[in-house]
Amino acid sequence: MKTIAQSAPPAPAAVETSKRALRARTKRFWNNRTLILMCVPAILFFLIFAYLPMPGLYLAFIKYNYTDGIFKSKFIGMENFRFLVMTGDLWRLTFNTIAYNIGFIIFGNFLQIFVAILLNELRKKWFKKVSQTLMFLPFFISFVIIGLIAYNILSYDYGILNNILKSFGAEPVKTYSNSHIWPFIILLTYLWQSTGYGSIVYFAAIMGLDSEVVEASEIDGANALQRIRYIVLPWLKPTFIILLLFSLGGVLRGNFGLFYNLVGANNTSLYATTDIIETYVFRSLMNNFNFSMGSAVSLYQSVFGFIVVITANWLVKKASPDNSLF
Amino acid sequence: MEVVQKRIRTDGTSLFVRCFGYLFIGLFALCCLLPFLVVVGTSFTKEASIAKHGFNIWPREFSTFAYKIVFENPDLIIGSYVVSICLTVVGTLVGLFLVAMTGYALQRPDFEQRNGISFFIYFTTLFSGGIVPFYLLINQYLGLRDNYLAVLLPGLMSPFLIIMMKSFTRSIPHAITESAKIDGAGDFTIFMRLILPMTTPALATIGLFIALGYWNEWYNAMLFLSADMKYRPLQLFLYNVITSADFIRNSSAASNVPLRDMPLESMKMATAVVATGPVVLFYPFVQRYFIQGITVGAVKG
Repeated sequence: MKTIAQSAPPAPAAVETSKRALRARTKRFWNNRTLILMCVPAILFFLIFAYLPMPGLYLAFIKYNYTDGIFKSKFIGMENFRFLVMTGDLWRLTFNTIAYNIGFIIFGNFLQIFVAILLNELRKKWFKKVSQTLMFLPFFISFVIIGLIAYNILSYDYGILNNILKSFGAEPVKTYSNSHIWPFIILLTYLWQSTGYGSIVYFAAIMGLDSEVVEASEIDGANALQRIRYIVLPWLKPTFIILLLFSLGGVLRGNFGLFYNLVGANNTSLYATTDIIETYVFRSLMNNFNFSMGSAVSLYQSVFGFIVVITANWLVKKASPDNSLF
Repeated sequence: MEVVQKRIRTDGTSLFVRCFGYLFIGLFALCCLLPFLVVVGTSFTKEASIAKHGFNIWPREFSTFAYKIVFENPDLIIGSYVVSICLTVVGTLVGLFLVAMTGYALQRPDFEQRNGISFFIYFTTLFSGGIVPFYLLINQYLGLRDNYLAVLLPGLMSPFLIIMMKSFTRSIPHAITESAKIDGAGDFTIFMRLILPMTTPALATIGLFIALGYWNEWYNAMLFLSADMKYRPLQLFLYNVITSADFIRNSSAASNVPLRDMPLESMKMATAVVATGPVVLFYPFVQRYFIQGITVGAVKG
């Protein structure tokens, strides 16, 4: 150590500082030991349940079979992806997942804003309270119950929908084998379940509106429509843009519970319009035992989803730097 | 004077908007409630009447036969209740403690490693291995098949809840932590003795989110708890009643009612009522905590 220090004059200072920096860092680390220990359970949790499965996506590049296990199964490169593209499955899954999500985002936000604004116009306190409680109710029940409720309405023999149609003398519809009407059914169920929940954010934003501005507009003779058009809607715009961009980040992630419980586990006649990435992966795992194909779709979803999130976050950063995620 | 002025100013358009508001919100709220009433109504309807007239809110021919069959063999449903309650209580207590502890540590401005650990947690929402490797991990490598831990463990935490806890605890002034440190308290003591009591509203909100997650959990249960398990969480039990013919056959044998006389449809609804009823009754009292959580979570995601 000494000889090096002598032969190169600037070195001792550098060694000293780097040593001191290291010691300081170790000391700071030691001072924070309790805080670090407090995070250890969470670190272990995410390490095991989120990070450990990630290397498992290697399954996408092999022809997995149970007896050989992951490491001895045959490596086949991009063959699984090629199969998914050739059969058209990948395109159909991507299209369905994205189309549903865009429908959910557009109609969902529109209805949530609409409901929040109307709620704000109401004067009777008890009415506001009761209606908000009722609209929030569907958020509390499991998707299993939601599936049962859909069956109540749509069942061919006993459903409410066909009861009404029959009472008007119209032909009953076979909902569970008619794939064309399912986008509407799923969209309506989604809106039914999430509007009460989603409108809370917008309602809270309206509550933050300065009451003096509203009063001033009233003194100036603005009616309710003008107030909504020129004060409330512009006020909600930033909230809307942020929520929109956040939800765009998840555009490749489907709501498994909703689709699985509404459509049923094995209703093949509806797959053309109701099969999304999540349901396909689930079937490949539980029904076909084709682990490699399921993983290939998951990997595709994760990689593309990642790119979409990064893009969406970049847009958030441009729109409002305070709200960006990273 | 002011009152008079306001009354003059309620012009036609504003009045129309308000009336439309009452009508639309009222109808929408009704739409949210009616499907539940159909489930309850059908559960009290005679099966023959269902076959003739379909599902209805008001039973044309009243009958409690479906409930009689459901409770004929109460062993299964009580077992499911016990499993669900245990999972919810244990999961919520443990999960809440861990989420609160992590959330507090990660918002401490003097905690140097907080950004790294936050990113480590947050990254899991951006990229995931998907369910196939997750399934293999739980099933084969951790060996948790047919083990309630397979449902309990994955539900303990989520990045969303940790972020929510972070923004809740950020509202507590850092000076409190600092002065306690000067008095010689360790970080864990500060958390247990000072921060936890001060964040009870936040803990109620986060605890309810975790509890709701466990109570409605059926996905992990469906993946990892096979038919070999006698008592399965309530939602999975309900799912089996709704979808599987086996269950109907078994309860037909157990209650000595011939299969063709089993009240198939009303029994599904009765089971749903028994499985969901308590939560729905509970719900108006805890609703405000959820609203608080959603508002806070949305301010800074």
